[in-house]
Amino acid sequence: MSQLHVRKLSKMFGGVQALSDVDFSVEKGDLVGLIGPNGAGKTTAFNVVTGVMAATSGGVEFEGTDVTHFSPERRARLGMTRTFQNIRLFDDMTVRQNVMAGAHARAGRSLLHCVFGLPGHRAAEQRIRDIADRMLERTGLTELATRNASELSYGDRRRVEIARALAGAPTLLLLDEPAAGMTDTEKGRLSKLVSSLNEDGLTIVLVEHNVRMIAALCKRLVVLNKGELLTSGAVDEVLRMPEVKTVYLGRRRTEVV
Amino acid sequence: MKRLALTPIQAFFLLVAAMGVLVLAVEASGNGYFQTFTALMLVNVMLAVSLTMTNGFTGMFSLGHPAFMTMGAYVAVLFTYPVGRKGFAMPALPEVIAQIHLPLPVAALVGGLFAALMGWLIGRLVVHLQTHYLAVATLGLIIVVQTFALNLDGFTRGGRGLTGIPREATLALIGVSTVLVIVLCWRIKHASLGRAMLAVRENEMAARCFGIDAFRLKITAFVLGAGIAGFCGALLPHVVSVMSPKSFGLILAFNLIAIIVVGGQGSILGAVIAAVFISLGSESLRMVEESTGVYGVTQVIVAVALISFLLVRPKGLFGLKEPFIRTS
Repeated sequence: MSQLHVRKLSKMFGGVQALSDVDFSVEKGDLVGLIGPNGAGKTTAFNVVTGVMAATSGGVEFEGTDVTHFSPERRARLGMTRTFQNIRLFDDMTVRQNVMAGAHARAGRSLLHCVFGLPGHRAAEQRIRDIADRMLERTGLTELATRNASELSYGDRRRVEIARALAGAPTLLLLDEPAAGMTDTEKGRLSKLVSSLNEDGLTIVLVEHNVRMIAALCKRLVVLNKGELLTSGAVDEVLRMPEVKTVYLGRRRTEVV
Repeated sequence: MKRLALTPIQAFFLLVAAMGVLVLAVEASGNGYFQTFTALMLVNVMLAVSLTMTNGFTGMFSLGHPAFMTMGAYVAVLFTYPVGRKGFAMPALPEVIAQIHLPLPVAALVGGLFAALMGWLIGRLVVHLQTHYLAVATLGLIIVVQTFALNLDGFTRGGRGLTGIPREATLALIGVSTVLVIVLCWRIKHASLGRAMLAVRENEMAARCFGIDAFRLKITAFVLGAGIAGFCGALLPHVVSVMSPKSFGLILAFNLIAIIVVGGQGSILGAVIAAVFISLGSESLRMVEESTGVYGVTQVIVAVALISFLLVRPKGLFGLKEPFIRTS
């Protein structure tokens, strides 16, 4: 059974068909690249899979549960977290607080515990802090922990988003253009982080434009074009397909011409 | 020079000590005017701190505090009004309640709980409204509650108002309540619950995408705010001994918003400081108004202060931060 199964997924924005009948699956432990030219529907696919937007038709199954009508928070609690193409950090909070907020759903949520400091409250708070500190270390952000999220560089902000998504203990992580705006050094570090997370058993789906990075990192690719599934399969096979070259690398070929 | 930075525990003891000194000094002065003013100021502090939680932590824009105050006040007065005069002032009151007399702390808690319950019922309908829609809805709530109070004259004496409410709200009671409200909001803000609320304020959809139940947190903040407002509303008639449907209305809603904007939405200490200064300021201006005969200056100046802050320093004095206190 696949960990994530997307079937016949469609999304309309008014009269625009952003996704039409897209099918793909992601196996546990996989590292999948979701690629396609601008406007192919990659971010829309992420939004519908994570519940940020409702599907027009079709369904999403996660670990055997039909989550099509679940709220984003419910899907996240089942183990599906994400980052955003346009970084959405909590700018008035420190880096550590951002990541701790990411772990909130794992703590007991009792108001009474919090207000009266009932037994277990302090331990739960400490656990959240420990989780956050582990994630900060994992993503190399420990030294920036007390800085305000708004003060960080673009690349660091992207990493805070990943740390925050990790703090929710996901089994499936969706990264929307995690390398956008990063320097080459930062991209290298990101690639290392992503593959080490995957080696630890985390399933990852990422949207990315950089073909070299995708070729080096991903095991499988799902290619979208104009809202439709073009193809999916092993990385080298997919990248060799002429139709993929045409749509995805088309721009580059015309440049050469 | 090292910046002043207290630990939260030190800050707590400082707060308790300051409150103790204030209450004892004002009580000892024996000056009724000072006593009433201090009581009103402390109630403003509680209202501002609770509103900075409801609005500042979660990013909601509720104006509903006066509505919940009115509810809390009338419910509490049902239990504190002299039993012998209830038959005359509140003819519609069922005999069972007419016979009951509760001490103010208990009655005020009952009023607060009633307001919290109403906050829960109303909140479930309105907290999903974004920004100004929620403001308009809660503005409407103030009017609705005032109209109810006006027309339920078998309980409230309608527009004539209730007079002769026992002045049972001692400064000690109000001082202790103020400390408790500040501690309550402080504990929430600096726990996972508060961080999750702040996350909702900063970016609701992002927060939901890692499992934060935004709706539930907003309800929590709304209900707590309503409860504290109801409790404060219950105390006030027992400071000034009168209560009418118009006691807590739009102007109060506006003043409270002005206080939390000046203090920095989400800053507890900011709300405390702004509430103290705006209370002091408007009281001194009121004296100016009375001596010069130019009435309404206070309201104008509060409004100008609000607009200036929005223009020059939209995050208020402290933004989300708690100055002078070390937080992690």
